[in-house]
Amino acid sequence: MENKDWRSPAIGVTPQEYADLVTKETPKPTLVKNLIWAFVVGGLICACAQIMINALKGLGLTAKEASNTATAIVIFFGALLTGFGVYDELVKRAGAGGIVPVSGFANSIVAPALEFKREGFVTGVGARIFTVAGPVLVFGIITSIGAGLCYFLLHR
Amino acid sequence: MSHKRMGNQTVVMEDPPEIITSYTVVGPMEGQGPLGGTFDRVWKDSLNQEQSWEKAESKMMEDALQGALTLSGIQQDQIDFQIGGDLLNQLISTHFAARSLGFPLIGLYGACSTMALSTALAGMLIDGHFARYVMVGVSSHHDTAERQYRMPTEHGNQRMMSAQWTVTGAASLLLGRSATGIAKINGAHPKVTAATIGRVVDLGVKDTNNMGAAMAPAVADTILNHLQDMKRQPSDYDLILSGDLGEVGWNLVKDILRQSKVKLGDEFADCGRMIYGADQDVHAGASGCGCSGVVFAGDILQKMRLGKLRRVLFVGSGALHSPISCFQGESIPGIGHAVVIET
Repeated sequence: MENKDWRSPAIGVTPQEYADLVTKETPKPTLVKNLIWAFVVGGLICACAQIMINALKGLGLTAKEASNTATAIVIFFGALLTGFGVYDELVKRAGAGGIVPVSGFANSIVAPALEFKREGFVTGVGARIFTVAGPVLVFGIITSIGAGLCYFLLHR
Repeated sequence: MSHKRMGNQTVVMEDPPEIITSYTVVGPMEGQGPLGGTFDRVWKDSLNQEQSWEKAESKMMEDALQGALTLSGIQQDQIDFQIGGDLLNQLISTHFAARSLGFPLIGLYGACSTMALSTALAGMLIDGHFARYVMVGVSSHHDTAERQYRMPTEHGNQRMMSAQWTVTGAASLLLGRSATGIAKINGAHPKVTAATIGRVVDLGVKDTNNMGAAMAPAVADTILNHLQDMKRQPSDYDLILSGDLGEVGWNLVKDILRQSKVKLGDEFADCGRMIYGADQDVHAGASGCGCSGVVFAGDILQKMRLGKLRRVLFVGSGALHSPISCFQGESIPGIGHAVVIET
């Protein structure tokens, strides 16, 4: 319940005026720098994966086997670099360039696993390992079900 | 109305309590900053061989309280109250530190304004003759705050330019009734002469990456009320020191007060803009209970003891939200508490 009789604040600025002031004083993201970093780092991760796919195909794997193996390797390095405390430093600069590749997904699972270890394996790691990745999984699975249904109906 | 009250929100001490000693403990990053030399102890790493960051923060507060007590030469059982708080749920840093120290405890939550709020209340307790000696202790820890308010610490994400960096640090004060006969350590004892308890002000900022903007209206409101209550001008102070507004909030307070025809000049500083250097990549500045705590209990009190500052208005700033309230779409209620410190 709002108290209508209260002494109004001493400041004279209205919420609308203040919203304009906040916009004026809040620094803008360093967009160009961020874009370049994201492009270079995201591109490098993908280029490395492509080199691995090509090399694995050269070793006699089928295209599907090669891409699955390369994905697993990128996940492994994402997890490893998270453990060494390097991956968050990389994403700080590269943004989506480090988040969108599958190594970023590995980071989003390994980081809470490390974080909540001290609260126990069940109540900590087990319960909270998907705090970051959970929404991605939930809505990813829902979307894939929708896409699968469309595919089924259109190709019947 | 009591003769100790001035105007709407201000109390004036009749027999101003003294800040007898103070002590600060900080993490490595704070130690490397521009104020590194003003802290009593700098930890080499932010875990300090403890089992968890929460334990480390609690130990930090314990060390800070123990430090100020040892410096004063006052006995542990002479302390009538420990008063203070931290940022963690259920004030665990404060409560676990108090478990070791055994002082009668008053736990306070004022978010990052806790240092100013605790100092004000400690002053009132002593001036009201409810206590002879009171210890104030506050703490914050970057990693405990990250995991409670934001993301797991190793999770990769890009911080906004308006975001602030939670200080790893604990600060303590030992306040006592004046003329207690304690030898003056390092010069004069600064005194708590008045306090203005702030009101919650919320102008609708919802962005948790822009806490300075959320708190600025409350700080400006408290400064205005204080000046009106005390019939003073900003120029009556050598320093008006806000808690942790950071770059964005500090500028916003000046903008808001300009509209009320109050001009803040060089005497207006912010703890959040002082702890880290430009090369430390913290974006808009520092935050946390430890931010205003270690700057006030370190640098500012040292300058006061040496007579470089005579009258300081210290305005702690707090953002009184929780992760739950933010996820539910609530805006961030801000608060500012002011104390006047004089030598």
